[in-house]
Amino acid sequence: MRRLQPYLLFGAAIVLPLIFSNGGFVNFLADAGAFVLLALGLNIVVGFAGLLDLGYAAFFAIGSYTFAMLASPQFGIHIPFWVMLFLASGVAAVFGILLGAPTLRLRGDYLAIVTLGFGEIVPQTFLNLSQWTGGPNGIGSLDQPAIFGYRFGFQALPYYYLILGLIGVAVLAANNLRASRLGRAWMAIREDELAAAHAGINTTVTKLSAFAIGASFSGLAGCAYASKLQLVSPDQFGFNVSVAVLSMLVLGGMGNIPGVIVGSLVISSLDRFILPQLTNFMHGFGVAIDLTNSRFLIYGVILVLTMLFRPEGLIPSRQRRSELHAAGDAALAEQTLYTEAVP
Amino acid sequence: MDLFLQQLVNGLSLGGIYALIALGYTMIYGIIELINFAHGDVYTLGTFFSLAILTLLGVTGIVTGPLLVVVVIVTMLGAMILCGLTGVVIERLAYRRLRNAPRLAPLITAIGMSFILENLMQYWHGPSPIPFPQVIPNPDVHLGAVTIATKQILVVVLAIGLMIVLRAFVYRTKLGQAMRATAQDRDAAQLMGIDINTTIALTFLIGSALAGAAGFVSGVYYGSTWFFNGFGAGLKAFTAAVLGGIGNLTGAMLGGFLIGLIEAMTTQLISDQWSNVVVFSVLVLVLIFRPSGLLGESLPAKV
Amino acid sequence: MALRPGSGQALLQLEDVTQRFGGLVAVDKLDFSIDAGSIVAMIGPNGAGKSTVFNLITGIYAPSTGRIIFDGRTISGRKTSDIAAGGIARTFQNIRLFAFMSTLDNVMTGEHARMRAGVLDSLLHTPAQRAEERRVRERAFELLRFVKLEHVAEQYASNLAYGMQRRLEIARALASDPKLLLLDEPAAGMNAKEKGDLIDLIRRIRDLGVTIFLIEHDMRLVKEISERITVLDHGEKIAEGLPGVVCDDPKVIEAYLGAPA
Repeated sequence: MRRLQPYLLFGAAIVLPLIFSNGGFVNFLADAGAFVLLALGLNIVVGFAGLLDLGYAAFFAIGSYTFAMLASPQFGIHIPFWVMLFLASGVAAVFGILLGAPTLRLRGDYLAIVTLGFGEIVPQTFLNLSQWTGGPNGIGSLDQPAIFGYRFGFQALPYYYLILGLIGVAVLAANNLRASRLGRAWMAIREDELAAAHAGINTTVTKLSAFAIGASFSGLAGCAYASKLQLVSPDQFGFNVSVAVLSMLVLGGMGNIPGVIVGSLVISSLDRFILPQLTNFMHGFGVAIDLTNSRFLIYGVILVLTMLFRPEGLIPSRQRRSELHAAGDAALAEQTLYTEAVP
Repeated sequence: MDLFLQQLVNGLSLGGIYALIALGYTMIYGIIELINFAHGDVYTLGTFFSLAILTLLGVTGIVTGPLLVVVVIVTMLGAMILCGLTGVVIERLAYRRLRNAPRLAPLITAIGMSFILENLMQYWHGPSPIPFPQVIPNPDVHLGAVTIATKQILVVVLAIGLMIVLRAFVYRTKLGQAMRATAQDRDAAQLMGIDINTTIALTFLIGSALAGAAGFVSGVYYGSTWFFNGFGAGLKAFTAAVLGGIGNLTGAMLGGFLIGLIEAMTTQLISDQWSNVVVFSVLVLVLIFRPSGLLGESLPAKV
Repeated sequence: MALRPGSGQALLQLEDVTQRFGGLVAVDKLDFSIDAGSIVAMIGPNGAGKSTVFNLITGIYAPSTGRIIFDGRTISGRKTSDIAAGGIARTFQNIRLFAFMSTLDNVMTGEHARMRAGVLDSLLHTPAQRAEERRVRERAFELLRFVKLEHVAEQYASNLAYGMQRRLEIARALASDPKLLLLDEPAAGMNAKEKGDLIDLIRRIRDLGVTIFLIEHDMRLVKEISERITVLDHGEKIAEGLPGVVCDDPKVIEAYLGAPA
């Protein structure tokens, strides 16, 4: 039953918009799906390899702008969408290597700050090079995908299935990588880089591959999202986005795939459902507070509270729970570990 | 040449503000190896607190005469105390529990704290920039072809003054000694009878107070403030701390002034828009090629 | 596992190696060699530079002067991961396991350099990759059995008892099929029984053809297991030879206990 779970959930996801076919809801699902992709990509960098990237939105920007520049009226180039998926993720991967390279010898916090810096520099650069990128207005009227003659149009539903498909691929890829030589190398680096080097792991190549593969996921997301939104502009890729994606990881459980997906959906739901509902709730008590603008405050609170009280996230991989409650829960961990296998 | 000198003046006053903020970063990093992400926002809070105090005092424009000194002292001290307390509270609530957690945890918490502060400030005064009273009369002083605004002199004088006080405290008092000891070896310091919790709280108090002072100074200097100020200024001040050598007080001061100069030069020579990029590039280059900064020591890690 | 006859040729050679940290000379013109198939120990008071020698060998530092030659090739100045892939494995004074990976995964990671699977293979789980994973997994279990840890294969390394963690570190080191194994104070914190087991384990490792070089403070253990002892003090070699001889050398005694009053 356990092994069927992912397939059942995927099946449910396929059927979901057919049951709840409200246009707004399907639109939300498609957008949320793009962020699930982003979270899965960041999970490789932060969760698997332990490289705290605070500027992940930069790769989202790169993926989106690559698509916008090569599949729109901007330069009159119209590379087919399905080719763009590969191209955008490839370009993002290359930049993953370029932007990751300077960070290779840096320790945790410094690495975070540098990636933060890049996260600022990249959108700023897109903003400044207005000749090519359309400046603050960005690029619009982006091409839409077409499959077997059917053009996607402005409905959200086909985009939802496209993104769902990409998520399926991403989950497979991430799962495969986790249980492989490369995945172990990533985790070894996360645990103890020096010992990893002594096990023959080339830390440079391994770290760069984490950046590259993580970035490629956001290349995919950028393509799909930009095409759906029909617009890219620099303000879509600020620090807020990087933190939002990071919050998804932290909330859901870093390093573990189901957790990341759940965390991502919860945070996406915050905007769409939870905050408006909470606002109504508060109105019912006569408290005239508008929580829908507080999403970033909520992200901050989520980060702080999660780190303080449940650092392993909502759905922890057992390793994290063990690590972070080590002192207090040693006995409990022992029990769990004797009876259950490592995921 | 005149242009250069002018930018030198501008850079020094900018740098004074950065230096004050950088001191807080470097002190906190020195003692618990945490980049206090929220520090930049404490600086903005300093401006907000100053604004509140000035409003309380009924100051909306320039103050003249001996009253000026009183206003400046009261406001700045008030901002420093309030910010210092804010820093202590943040440390107590968010960071203390995570002192022995894996490194990522306190850093993520700090980011969360930063977001919380920014958004609380957004609630306080709204999303747009708000004006800050001029407070001090601001006649220009002319030295040859260079124009120095009085407030620029104020910034530099205050910054250097506070730094001197800080150095005296850290190097000549027992509490300062405790701070240095804790920064070097926490366990040994504890064994010597130093109360780590108090010492760390004290570090946050002082570091945040300095950011508060910077906040006051910044309000006077720029004439306005904005809830999101702290983000950019914080990053630049952190760059300054790294440039000078993280953990090194003199380094933070030096780094602050240097970054101020770099920003002034860039704004003049290229454009305002690129100054952020240039400063961040400095950060990246320093971290790659000389991570210990200008005045830091490069100690190989013991394996 | 590779078998190497005790051919008497130097497997590892340090030629006139000096290591300076700023003003401090940690290792001073050290000439030192180890023959293939032997068990050699390095002793000396704390701070004598012993761990620095290990760090020089595995490439954490490049020597300020001098050369290190391993298996006929110069390794000084090369990257740690290259040196490790070339046949040198080590354990650490303060155990450095991959704390939140399973015991089995720790050992499987040790075999990283001997595996072929690249990014694409890992991504796609090709049949070749899956076969290799199976092989590596089986070998890892074999190694766990060798150090008597097979019953905790799925536990997190951080949850193991101290003595077991030390054995795991050894198993991980052996996974790379090294020609030379460096053990940095392997007996630290062990009781008498554990030390006895350790001696037995070291001998079994040597029987597999691995050359062993250890740093240790426990003199009884060192005397019992080593064929040759080198003594370091303040970065300099002050004695070298058979265990019985070296331990009675007055210079050695003075280094540990200070000059006679």
